Amino acid sequence: MIPQLQQNALVAGARIRGLGSAQPEQVVTNEDIAASGVETTDEWIRDRVGIVERRFARADESLVDMASDAGAKALADAGLAPSEIDAVIVATCTMPSQIPNAAAQVAERIGVSAAPAFDVNAACAGFCYGLGTAADMVRAGSAAHVLVIGAEKLTDWVDPNDRSTCIIFADGAGAAVVGAAAEDEPPGIGPVAAGSAGDLAETIVIPDRDSFIHQEGQTVFRWATTQMAPVAMDAVERAGVALADIDVLVPHQANLRIVEAIAKRLRKAGARSDMTVADDITRSGNTSSASIPLALDHMRAEGRVRSGDVALLVGFGAGLSYAGQVVVLP
Amino acid sequence: MTNEEILGGIAEIVNEVAGVETSEITMDKSFVDDLDIDSLSMVEIAVQVEDRFGSKVPDDELANLKTVGDAVDYVAKHA
Repeated sequence: MIPQLQQNALVAGARIRGLGSAQPEQVVTNEDIAASGVETTDEWIRDRVGIVERRFARADESLVDMASDAGAKALADAGLAPSEIDAVIVATCTMPSQIPNAAAQVAERIGVSAAPAFDVNAACAGFCYGLGTAADMVRAGSAAHVLVIGAEKLTDWVDPNDRSTCIIFADGAGAAVVGAAAEDEPPGIGPVAAGSAGDLAETIVIPDRDSFIHQEGQTVFRWATTQMAPVAMDAVERAGVALADIDVLVPHQANLRIVEAIAKRLRKAGARSDMTVADDITRSGNTSSASIPLALDHMRAEGRVRSGDVALLVGFGAGLSYAGQVVVLP
Repeated sequence: MTNEEILGGIAEIVNEVAGVETSEITMDKSFVDDLDIDSLSMVEIAVQVEDRFGSKVPDDELANLKTVGDAVDYVAKHA
């Protein structure tokens, strides 16, 4: 007889229940970087990447510290106790070593003891992959609530004297709690539009454990400015909405000019001219997997987005990997 | 397509990407030194040139297009 394995009851839809973020205290301006001996200027950095200032963690501020802080805030925002979290996912590509992962330590710190916990490495696309995985876990009945965190300490992996990277990358963490939609509530997380371009693997690399991050800026810029708007449109189509329904566009905060190029293409394709476009890179730098939830949390704090707004997220980066989805903000 | 037509098209693209007056965009002008166009804007220009003229401009070719005239010649050869 073939055994019949029991399955979890399926859930109709998932929603984001809370958001949180954490950044190091230390603000580093463009002038600070120029003053440290790197051959650059405030004007050059603002013009090329749009960054005004960013945050660098101190040596004793770890990725797990930032992730735990952001995660705890998201839990509080969702009004949930740690005991109500069934799984913790940390999207990151900058842990100081391969093992242990970040997620198990973050779960322990927050008080979610013995929770299923794992890291996702899809670099700057990591948060969208983690969010999609969390939504699928909730929908499949594997977890009632999943905490998803994007956290990076990029300064551990950046050459402080390499002016092509040290002006861009920064540290931080952002988090979201995903839970089931109530019976009278529509789903609030659309299907993921995701993919990869392994043929461009060599364009963003940390070659080995003793090396720093290196990227081929022009190639990545071309890829992101031409290929990510179609991914965003795919996510919109999969969610069964129209581009004109999008209130907020939150692309990975890689470079303000990439963000603006994606927004321009989407507007040409039907997105509204009054669509809010995330520009958190100006104050936070490029924080890889943390950039999308950081931007969402900051925009909410600034009153630029509201509960119920329809947001289009699209993450992209090393791999190359990309993922996007439409979400309703909590 | 004549070189004048290609120049006109490239001038429109450069104007849209970098905000340079089309009257400034002549064959002998250097993108970087005369028109103050940076490497990322050059990528945006290359992408639009591809869309408009159908000539692929890979990054390694892009580095060789120093002047507006270089770009016009490249499109004339590859369109």
